[in-house]
Order: sequence, then C-alpha cells, then structure tokens
Amino acid sequence: MDDFGSPALRRLLDAHQDAVEETHAHRGDATARVAPERLVDVMRFLRDGPELRFEMLMDLTAVDYLGQEPRFEVVYHLYSLSGNQRLRVKARVPEEPGEIASVVDVWAAANWMEREVWDLYGIRFRGHPDLRRILLYEEFQGHPLRKDYPKEKRQPLLGPRN
Amino acid sequence: MAPEPHSLMERRPEGPEQDLRRDLHAEHQILNMGPSHPATHGTVKFLIELDGETIVNLDVQVGYLHRAFEKECESGTWYQAIPYTDRLNYNSAILCNLAYCMAVEKLIGIQTPERCQWLRVLAAELSRLGDHLTRCGAACLELQAMTPFLYGIEARELCWDLQEILCGARVTSNYVRIGGTKHDMPPGFPAAFREHVGRIRQLLRDFDDVVTSNRIFVDRLKGTGTISREDCLRFALTGPLLRAAGVPLDLRKDQPYLVYDQVDFDVPIGEVGDNYDRYLVCVEEMHQSLRIADQCVARLEALGPGPVNVDDPRVRWPAKNHVFNRMEELIQQFKVVTEGPEVPAGEAYFAVESANGELGFYLVSDGTAVPWKVRCRPPSFINVQPLPLMVRGSLLADIIPTFDLINMIGGECDR
Repeated sequence: MDDFGSPALRRLLDAHQDAVEETHAHRGDATARVAPERLVDVMRFLRDGPELRFEMLMDLTAVDYLGQEPRFEVVYHLYSLSGNQRLRVKARVPEEPGEIASVVDVWAAANWMEREVWDLYGIRFRGHPDLRRILLYEEFQGHPLRKDYPKEKRQPLLGPRN
Repeated sequence: MAPEPHSLMERRPEGPEQDLRRDLHAEHQILNMGPSHPATHGTVKFLIELDGETIVNLDVQVGYLHRAFEKECESGTWYQAIPYTDRLNYNSAILCNLAYCMAVEKLIGIQTPERCQWLRVLAAELSRLGDHLTRCGAACLELQAMTPFLYGIEARELCWDLQEILCGARVTSNYVRIGGTKHDMPPGFPAAFREHVGRIRQLLRDFDDVVTSNRIFVDRLKGTGTISREDCLRFALTGPLLRAAGVPLDLRKDQPYLVYDQVDFDVPIGEVGDNYDRYLVCVEEMHQSLRIADQCVARLEALGPGPVNVDDPRVRWPAKNHVFNRMEELIQQFKVVTEGPEVPAGEAYFAVESANGELGFYLVSDGTAVPWKVRCRPPSFINVQPLPLMVRGSLLADIIPTFDLINMIGGECDR
C-alpha cells in the first residue's frame, strides 16, 4: 500500500501492514482505514511508537454512509505535538451490532467524544466507562444524525420527573 | 446490618461533650448548580458532590443549547451553513466562518487571493480580541469585580464597532465566504481602526492596572484549576489552556494558514497551568492580536485595490452590475444562489486557531451541492471535559474562576 509521502503512514504500514485496509491522502490529509478488531493495538502503537508520538486525539466522529455495507465509519483525527503532523484513522462499523472498541484507555479525551457519537449515531463503544447520552436527554428516542432519522420527527413530550 | 453511624439514637447516651467531637458532616452533599446560574456565563449544569465546601466529585452536564447544527447543515447547500457557523461561538463568529469556509476551500481545492487573506487575518484577530475581552471581563464580573468588566465591555464594543464597519454586522457577521470575503474593507476603515485601537490599548492598560496585581483577584486565581502538561495532552486541550501549561502550540505558528507566516507575533506561554497563567496568557494574546491587526491594516493599505474573491465560477458571485445587464451573469448568479457550488466528492479536515483552541471542520462530500457530513471540532466541548480533574479537592468557589477561564461557549459546546 502507498504511504503518499507521509512518514507516519509509512511507519504504520511497516509495523501493522496486516491491520491497514486502505490508505489515501486526499487534499493532503494522510488517512489510514484499519480493521476494527485491531483498532486499539494500532492506536496504542500510534501514540507510543517511535517517531510517531500522536499524543493528542484531536477529534473523533462518525459518518453514516446509508446504503453502503458496512454502514458507519468512525473517524479519528490524531495530532502529534513532537512531530507537528496529523493523521486520520478510520474504521468501519456495520449497523449490526453497531459496536467498536473504545479508545478511552489510550486517550482520555475520547470519553466525551465517544459519548457524543453514541448519542447522535447510536454506535456503541465497547469498554467505555460511562456510555451515556451527552448532548440530548436520556428519554430521547433514536439517534438524530443517522441519515434515516427525519429532520421533522417529533419527540414525545415529557412531564416533570418527580 | 451495621448500625447507622450518626443516628440520633446512637449519639444520645454519650453526652454532649462526646457529641461535639464528632464529625457532623460525615455524608457527602449533592449540590445542583445550573443549568442557569448567575455566576457561570454559559448554560451548563454541574452535579457536585461536596464534603463540606470541598469538591469530591463533579459531573458536568452539557447539551442545553443543542440545536442540531450538523443535521441542519446536511439539509442545505454548502453556502447555507455559513450563518449557522456564526452561531457556534458567538463571541468570535468570524473565526467560525473562517474555519468552515477554509475547510470547504480545501475540499474544492481553491486558493484565495492575497488581499482576501490579509482581510481574513485582520477580521480573525479582531474577533479573537473580542472573545478574550469577554472571557477576562466576565471572569472579573463573576469574581465580584464590576469595574474591569466595564473596561472589557467598552473595549469589546469598540472591537464590534470595527467589525461593523468591516462586515456590516456586530456579532453574527457572516463575513467570510467560500472563496473570499463578503466585500473589501470600506475606505474609512484604516482611520477608524487607528482611532479605536488607541482607545482599546488604553482600556487594556486600565484593565491591567485594576486586575492583574489585585490581591483578591490573584488569590482567587493562583493555584486554582491547575492541570498538568501531560493531562492537557491526554484530554486534547488546546488554545490558552494548553499554552498556560507551558506548551507553545499555536496553529498560527505551527501549521500556518492564510498569511500568518508573514506577520510578526509571539506566542505567550505559562508555567504551571493554573487560572492565573490562563489569564496572563489571554491578556498577552490580546496585545499580540492588536499587533497582528496593525500589520494587516498597514499591509492592506500598501497592497492597493485588488480582488477579494477567487476567480472561480463555481463559487464566485458575479458582479452585481453585470447580473442586471447580462444574460450569462444572471444565469450564473441564479445557479450559485439557488443550487450552490457542487463540491467534489471526498473528505477534508481543516483547523484554525480560534480563541479557545483548535477549531476544526471535518467535511465529507458526495459530490453534490449538499454536504454529506459537517463535523465541527468544538474547542469548548473538549476543553470543558477535564473540569472535574481541575477542581477536584478544591473549594466550591474555585469552580467559578476555572469555568470562566476555560471560556466554555454554550453555542459551540452544544452545537
């Protein structure tokens, strides 16, 4: 697989060639799509590996490719302070069971970001310490950023809780 | 079953002397603070577990201002998302416009003309200045100091006046457009800028005199809300919080965009990462923003007139006098306004250094005129996450300065 001139992609491919499914560098953003079952290993390697040191998980989100199989893609944006470089890592998640390993143990920042993805996309993170809704309320029905959630859908009105 | 340790029945036989030696508050108290609390400028709820006045644990509950920013963006054209970005961080709307538009430009693959880039830097720095003034002013107000707040707000008014001359609006300016800016700066701007900036500098000096070495202010800020460099990285903190902990990460220097590599400015950093360091970093950044803005105005005057929009028919709005007189321009205007530009399929992430840290947009396009995915990486949301870590073990009152200097903006945090 091509590393598109990115030293981080090169190192990742050298060490975990079998875990990487696809690479690209559209508009200069080095990207690797990895096998979901190897995600945590790869992330640990990216955080601690020599000349990688991606200390910061800048962003974590998901994309719903409705109609494709697998349906979801979880997207991680990493930043290395020491190397001043970025890397995008993606992993595909099928609608059933809609679950992927949590990276909270690798970066504490993932805690709220994974809660947000659970809240808005309904993707569960295995091993997350506290997977609650975060932007919406517990009684909300459905996951609104899914492409099959209609924008006009009404939610049931809630009475006072006590 | 073990007896309840502090039931009245158990206490009575020991007599009053014994009773006084007992710890009365053996059980932790749960305090509900917010979602609308007068001392937090932001709609957020804290569930605080208290041992006396000491914070044992804290659950931060956000989401009260959630208004489906991403869902709304996915149902309009790429242009129609720009006004929504104004309402993310309403203190520095132009920075949000800028991050979104530059991400779209990256996805399309267009470069803006030089004059536009200087204008954008100028607008962005005015915006950052206004944001920092609000942060520092409101922090003083919530620590019961009214006078510095008024200095800060007067300076912010002047900032907003300048934005009004430049953009036509004070708060939600909607100034930056895909491929350029709404218009060039008006002829009277440099003169107004010099006049206003003189007064802003005076107000910053006054602010400094009243606050920076004020005993009460220093006592409330020094040593509170501390977070270490390592924890900052684990929690992906950026902006003044990270710089206060001694990490000189500033995207304007480290991954320069626009013309930031052509302006002179310094990146202030702190030492211990407490609230006082954050305050000092913000104050110095305001001076640096003014320094950059000075250079921008001088450069814009030297450059002379030129285009402020990219010459690309996909995103450019044709000149109005042509729209009214020629068929082709009329059709193009119609297409750009009603259909919007079609963005080539693909994905891109672009981040700017906003007032609160890294403000990034991750966009996915399926090749149509409607975005498939617009993700905003909100610095406020990510920066407020380690608040429990910052205040655990300190006094209840320490939440106020810590939360103020994190500067969580509800619109951006909850989207």
